[in-house]
Amino acid sequence: MNILIKNGHIIDPSQDIDGIGDVLIENGRIKEIILRPSMVMQRAPDWKLIDATGLYVLPGLVDMHCHLREPGFSHKETIRTGTLAGLKGGFTSLCSMPNTNPVNDNETVTEFILRKAYAEGACYVYPVGAITKGQRGEELAELGRMHAAGCVAFSDDGRPVMNSLIMRRALEYSKVFEVPIISHCEDLALSEGGVVNEGKVSTRLGLKGIPKEAEEIMIARDIMLARLTGGRLHIAHVSTKRGVELIRRAKEEGINISAETCPHYFTLTEEAVVDYNTNAKVNPPLRTEEDLEAIIEGLKDGTIDVIATDHAPHHRDEKLQEFDRAPSGISGLETALSLSLKLVHEGHLSLKDLVLKMSFNPARILGIPKGTLRQGLPADIVLVDLNREFKVNSESFVSLGKNTPFDGWTLKGMAVLTICKDICNPNDLGSSYGSQ
Amino acid sequence: MKHLLGIRDLSTEDIQRILQTAGSFKDVLKRDIKKVPTLRGKTVVNLFFEPSTRTRTSFELAEKRMSMDVLNFSVPASAVVKGESLLDTIRTIESYEIDYMVIRHQSSGVPHLIAKHTKASVINAGDGINEHPTQALLDAFTILEKKGRIAGLKIVIVGDILHSRVARSNIFCLSKLGAKLRLIGPPTLLPPALKEAFLIDDIEVFYRMEEGLEDVDVVMMLRIQRERQGKGFFPSEGEYFKLWGLTEERLRLARPDVIVMHPGPMNRGIEISSEVADGPSSVILDQVTNGIAIRMAILYLLGNQREIR
Repeated sequence: MNILIKNGHIIDPSQDIDGIGDVLIENGRIKEIILRPSMVMQRAPDWKLIDATGLYVLPGLVDMHCHLREPGFSHKETIRTGTLAGLKGGFTSLCSMPNTNPVNDNETVTEFILRKAYAEGACYVYPVGAITKGQRGEELAELGRMHAAGCVAFSDDGRPVMNSLIMRRALEYSKVFEVPIISHCEDLALSEGGVVNEGKVSTRLGLKGIPKEAEEIMIARDIMLARLTGGRLHIAHVSTKRGVELIRRAKEEGINISAETCPHYFTLTEEAVVDYNTNAKVNPPLRTEEDLEAIIEGLKDGTIDVIATDHAPHHRDEKLQEFDRAPSGISGLETALSLSLKLVHEGHLSLKDLVLKMSFNPARILGIPKGTLRQGLPADIVLVDLNREFKVNSESFVSLGKNTPFDGWTLKGMAVLTICKDICNPNDLGSSYGSQ
Repeated sequence: MKHLLGIRDLSTEDIQRILQTAGSFKDVLKRDIKKVPTLRGKTVVNLFFEPSTRTRTSFELAEKRMSMDVLNFSVPASAVVKGESLLDTIRTIESYEIDYMVIRHQSSGVPHLIAKHTKASVINAGDGINEHPTQALLDAFTILEKKGRIAGLKIVIVGDILHSRVARSNIFCLSKLGAKLRLIGPPTLLPPALKEAFLIDDIEVFYRMEEGLEDVDVVMMLRIQRERQGKGFFPSEGEYFKLWGLTEERLRLARPDVIVMHPGPMNRGIEISSEVADGPSSVILDQVTNGIAIRMAILYLLGNQREIR
């Protein structure tokens, strides 16, 4: 089947494309991009035509940090529902974190995930393997075998590697495969028992706090280990001002480091947990206004390379518990793009910057052939209406996880159509795009 | 008022109304027949997910004095140990057509969560390290009774402020009533961002008893939870008493008419010496008596609102 996307504003930083034009897809692959409006592409009668007038045509988004929960936690999410949620949010590639049950710490689990994703996934899934066996932080997992099976990065996400020697070994050993070690930075002794940011809100609500330093100390440690080893370090979900500063300085020093943040860290502060809202409980916790501003600054000056979702779906019953007991996490795939577009609307980032942070950069960091509209590659494309407003309704989420602190928010800008695996997936709210 | 979840959400007028109402009930308690028919036919369940003797007994007595039907539900006998979720427990109890739920729970925010899922009036009897509003109200009542006023008094709270729901409710309550607040404790047991959190500009913090006790009108001691030792908050109970224990000698730094309070149960020789606990400044047993009047007042006021509704 051929698909012709006509008259959209195409942005593809990988080829320096930024202008009105047409995209022709042939058998699921990018055939041609025509930018000169005078050269109107002739449409054969059997081509599917998508009128993208007034829309942006971008490479499909790449989420390098999400939780698809399979195997083991299919009551929270499945590869099927997670990838469908991804498509709805404009994502065509998702990296699934290894904190499943069993943990993705061996090639058998990696293969299981990939087989399941191949059979049921609505978009592409790239597994992230565990750094250590059982994510226990004690002994390196078989990184080589997992890499051969398809893991694109390694992380003990959800848990830090507390033992500095093991972290050093991981950064050294992974150099063979040229893949990043993704670090969830949290000093467990300092964060023990904590459920919100330590400060004004923890004191006011009587909740145990997690100091920012619990994150920053580990960022600092990992930067030093990256310097020592020359390994590739990627810092997950940066949430604090001094964390951003540490990474900025490390980059100036030429250390092999990249970093991500998530929409909630540049949209919300600790105030969101007021009234014990477990949907705003996330790890690292929501911080303060100065952190939020520093995160945006870090995105602007390139210190933070990536906006990831840290999509962490949970079952309704799990969030409807005591605040201390409720699990951390936000179901983020279906709001991430719209929340990030706020940065564009407010003039902090250009749309091209956003494409870099949500598509090109994560693909580059992971070394996967995504985040681009290059000829011959599978057509992973998202059509974005920058100005369409909608009201977030968690009950209409495709994800099984309805846990969002953004329920009821009105957001501006959204994915109206996502093309992946040769299928056009119109967003429910996006009316009839792609139905011609 | 539909619920009493914390002092944080109360206005000064709310607090004053509760204290005033408690005054009337205190008069009732002085009578020969101490029971009033006010809430006859109303049912209350005391839901204690955490062990408590004093607070539960005090609530139960207050409820009985109001002629309520009382149901006690405590953890060891409950379904919680069988793995039932909190909200399922609440829904089950809700099915008994309960009018009031008195909740004690080890996690902060639980009464707030329950209040969203029940038609009953919820009274917080202590949640995690968050609040213990009835304790703060009975403390305020006791101070008023002894001192005739609260506004302008120098009141110091001593001990483990960080983990104390009593301290937190008292800080909210006494600051709303215009007291000049001081806190004394080891730096490891003082919470961060006090001024921003409580919205009080002039709260004073001291690490040393000798500095903080000077000229105070009221000393509120907090119970030191023994499990804190060994977690690095302080090296030993002996050292704690040496540095932060309330002794007669230290108490002489306060005003001559100072009163000493403690929410109980006390650790004699750890946070307070027996001489002080049993001495002339101590109003600790008055606090216990006043607890009944305060809890009767709250049951009455919440019940009243329900009738109007």
